[in-house]
Amino acid sequence: MELILETLGLAKSAELLSLSPPGWGGNLLRGLVNSLQIAFGAFGFGLIIGLFGASGKLYGGVVLRDLLAIYTTVIRAVPELVLILILYYVGTDLINQVSQALGYGRVEISGVVAGIWVLGIVQGAYATEVLRGAIQAVPTGQIEAARAYGMPPMLLMRRVTIPAMMSYATPGLANLWLIATKDTALLAIVGFSELTLETRQAASSTRAYFTFFLAAGALYLIVTLFSGVIFARIEKWARRGQPSLKGTGR
Amino acid sequence: MKTLRALMQPHRIVLIVLFAALVIWCAVSLRWDWIPDYAPLAIEGLWRTIWILVVTCVLGFLLAVPLGLAQAIGPWYLSMPARMFCTVIRGTPLLLQIWLLYYGLGSLFPQIPWIRSSELWPYLRQAWPYAVLALTLSYAGYEGEVMRGAFASVNKGQLEAANAFGMPRFTAFRRIWLPQAIRSVLPTLGGETILQLKATPLVATITVVEIYSVSSRVRSDTFIVYEPLLLLAVFYMLIAGGINLLFRRFEKQVPGV
Repeated sequence: MELILETLGLAKSAELLSLSPPGWGGNLLRGLVNSLQIAFGAFGFGLIIGLFGASGKLYGGVVLRDLLAIYTTVIRAVPELVLILILYYVGTDLINQVSQALGYGRVEISGVVAGIWVLGIVQGAYATEVLRGAIQAVPTGQIEAARAYGMPPMLLMRRVTIPAMMSYATPGLANLWLIATKDTALLAIVGFSELTLETRQAASSTRAYFTFFLAAGALYLIVTLFSGVIFARIEKWARRGQPSLKGTGR
Repeated sequence: MKTLRALMQPHRIVLIVLFAALVIWCAVSLRWDWIPDYAPLAIEGLWRTIWILVVTCVLGFLLAVPLGLAQAIGPWYLSMPARMFCTVIRGTPLLLQIWLLYYGLGSLFPQIPWIRSSELWPYLRQAWPYAVLALTLSYAGYEGEVMRGAFASVNKGQLEAANAFGMPRFTAFRRIWLPQAIRSVLPTLGGETILQLKATPLVATITVVEIYSVSSRVRSDTFIVYEPLLLLAVFYMLIAGGINLLFRRFEKQVPGV
């Protein structure tokens, strides 16, 4: 193994990337774990916002619908980086004011929570649109039938709407998940030590830029490809019992 | 007239009044005295943002056409690299790509003597070539995937007809295949261009002075946090609206769809 690395001229890179302290591999993996944690949290938070947002857009009153339209339009037109800064400052300001009003003094906000809050709100806008489209694709007769039997709204959502729309929503949600994993990199700019920032620190202290950035790129790519496989499985599962798409159309 | 009537519903009037009140409150009670000092810099930054957006979109699209074509009909030795390129670009964060190019290439080039003595060196020492390169490659990666679908969706009968009339392959591509493919992706292209606009502030991290970095400078100089960011958000919304209008005009020119 070492001989192969030696002949390829990669011995130095392998040393830099080793997991034990002289190498920076451990830092990169720690960053990756942080990134994934935030991506999971933001995706989940975004899904919850999206579910309520989509219901509001479809079944809500006129005022709610207009407000949700403003929310999705503004979030989707402003760069994530700017939103992250605004939401980050607003969030920390609000929490500090509340805690000072309650007499606790300033609070140190954990980077993970801030990241989830910020990216979750951004993801929520996209998820609202994805889920709205998916709910609209469900034949209305199914939802009306459930209503006609007097099913309460939450039960209807859980038993009818969500299972029926899953197959329409999974491609969009898979895309959103990929956006979430990639958007965690933006938190590097507000100084949260996720994969990209860890990579940059490692790279600038060893001056081996290519090694570290390529390694981080490979980590992100592994996550992306692996998620692709998982989402293909989920979509297959969500489509069970539906006629295959192949052979239809042209 | 129709839009005016849609706006004249009672709840919308209330919302508009509330919004106007919010704007007036912002104008009165927030600090805007820094604007005159930074206005020239901001205009320069805005110009730089739009310039980067236009250049990278055009170059990226020109690169995306062969990428899409290679994936749609190319032999395996062309389609494989094209597909790998698109997967890698779409699978890694843009920020990482920008930093890889800027810090990676930027630290590599000074070590090579003939690059240092070449005429390109004054440009390679600046940040913007790397920013343009990274954004172009990113746009090409996303668009290559879109163009693949577009090329595949054009009706093959038309190409066969062109072939049967003895039209040279390149002419058929230029007159029949490419225009139809572009027409079918115009809505997607508009969305991708807005995504590209939203990616431009990332180049501020490698010291390119555009509109986002101007707002950061205001923040660090004067410790005013919200006002520059709000104004920045408004600017981006205006540009995004402009892109939307532009692409809607393009789409209107498409006959019969």
